[in-house]
Amino acid sequence: MGRIRRVKMDLEKIKSDIEAAVPGCRLQIVLNGSPSGQHSLLLDREHAFEVAKFLRDDPELRLDYCSNVTGVDWLDTETSEKVKVKKLVDGVEQEVDEVRKTRTLGYLEAVYHLYSMEKKHGPVVVRLRTENRGDQVSLPSLTPVWRSAEFQEREIFDLYGIIFEGHPDLRRILMWDEFEDHPMRKDYVEPNDYEYEPTPHDAVLEKSKQARAIEGQR
Amino acid sequence: MIAPEVQGMARDAGTGRGEDALLELSLGPHHPSTHGVFRMDVTLDGERVVKLKPVFGYLHRNHEKIAETASYLGSMPYTDRLDYIGSLTNNWAYALAVEKLAGIQVPERAEYIRVITAELTRLQNHASTIGFLTQEMGASGSPLMYSFREREKILDLFESLTGSRMMCNYMRFGGCRVDLPTGWLDQTRKVVAEFPRFLDEFERLLAGNEILLARTQGVGVLSKELAIQAGVTGPILRASGVNYDIRKVDRYGIYDRFDFRVPLGEHGDVYDRYMVRMLEMRESVKILNQALRDIPSGPIMDTKTKIRGFRPKAGEAYGRIESPKGELGFFLISDGSANPYRYRVRPPSLINLTVLEDMCLGSNVSDTIVIFGTIDIVLGEVDR
Repeated sequence: MGRIRRVKMDLEKIKSDIEAAVPGCRLQIVLNGSPSGQHSLLLDREHAFEVAKFLRDDPELRLDYCSNVTGVDWLDTETSEKVKVKKLVDGVEQEVDEVRKTRTLGYLEAVYHLYSMEKKHGPVVVRLRTENRGDQVSLPSLTPVWRSAEFQEREIFDLYGIIFEGHPDLRRILMWDEFEDHPMRKDYVEPNDYEYEPTPHDAVLEKSKQARAIEGQR
Repeated sequence: MIAPEVQGMARDAGTGRGEDALLELSLGPHHPSTHGVFRMDVTLDGERVVKLKPVFGYLHRNHEKIAETASYLGSMPYTDRLDYIGSLTNNWAYALAVEKLAGIQVPERAEYIRVITAELTRLQNHASTIGFLTQEMGASGSPLMYSFREREKILDLFESLTGSRMMCNYMRFGGCRVDLPTGWLDQTRKVVAEFPRFLDEFERLLAGNEILLARTQGVGVLSKELAIQAGVTGPILRASGVNYDIRKVDRYGIYDRFDFRVPLGEHGDVYDRYMVRMLEMRESVKILNQALRDIPSGPIMDTKTKIRGFRPKAGEAYGRIESPKGELGFFLISDGSANPYRYRVRPPSLINLTVLEDMCLGSNVSDTIVIFGTIDIVLGEVDR
């Protein structure tokens, strides 16, 4: 257990090591409020690949094993706060309550849990965030660094719609190829009728024609 | 070779230059060897595999999304349905992740019960895996029945403890659901004491078997480097010679109290994967003997933990255990409400499939089936 804890507390040191090795990268420690104490490191998209390579190859860290890749959807949030504003009411200056709304843009996130099989320590948690929650958001793929991310990044592409640039084989993995939406997104609306056929053909088309003809006769 | 026009399932995928042509074959999703609805798109040059793409998702029900709408406790019975051979280890992995998320302590007796049930799960999982493996090599029926006979005894124990043979839904955050029924420990001791006899018998039948050796040795070799790089875990990883067992690395639960070894392979072929599982069963028997000897009396639930209306503080936690198939992890993000904001399963079966193509390239179709069998997947977990 001693070793596992040491890495957790040394996130500051890992951060400064990365900053020394990969010039120009912007890192941020994301604190975790749970008793698990698994804090994480937010990487910037431009240098993520370099940083991942460093984490894998650094002789002290040797995070050679990427265990888990998770996609997370964070919705746009709207926070409202009450502010007291001085206003002229009927020519007299008065303090009036006003609600000010601030809108924070949401994002999609990929969370990587890294361990070392050689040194037997971990986890070091690394996060990547997209700019927003749009349809064409992309992140650098870390599959060339850790192949264990291959299926998991495909899954995130399938269920969240993050395009992983540099992935060798980015296709849908769980849903069928013709499926269009991304069901794990928080705002996904499932169809109210799974049996519904948008373009009827063959037997169904015949049936619907007949039904319409009967309706016309009435 | 199968004539494409006769079978209707194979088509010419290559250049159409007669003898040099490649053959595309779709193995599955209802092939008897695919352990469920799993498909391999194989491209063959003669009988050699030159390309193999696994296709799955036929059993996908978006387990993770459903869990986001359920309470923390509500997902516990659903975890049984992931790897339905080892529901008790699934329970433990999920309970461990929630306990990490909320900082819950587990009483000692419950820890012992967890170890006992998990190791029993490992025994029956490995026994049936090897049974299936011999089946796939052509030993039709008999060896599988030998292992199913043993599995049945363990499932009977699960039934008397949890009320269900396969969908156990037994563990809770901070302990276990019910205490052991009277006489259960003695019954378990009896089953465990008899188990090595089954292993000896199985080894006498199989270990020197010429067909088994010819079909397994040097087949489907997985190198150490690739195994680590591709995140392979469990017996397959250890058969490639990597000493990585989460029971030893993380020492979750009370695994630091038991004396057991981690069997390692040398060649990383099908034979080593078979042998590592046989040896792991012997180590599990060792752990079981120690746990059944030392189990204390006492409470089985942490009294401070609320089961209903359970709302952990906002934060996240990743908990993992060594399930019979590899590293089974749960990653939970809480936003302080009664259901998880994000619930992620790290399925060992899915990630171990990454190397299927690498292991099968160059081998023939019949070996592909055997190699696939040693990965030991359950589609409930691959597709979620």
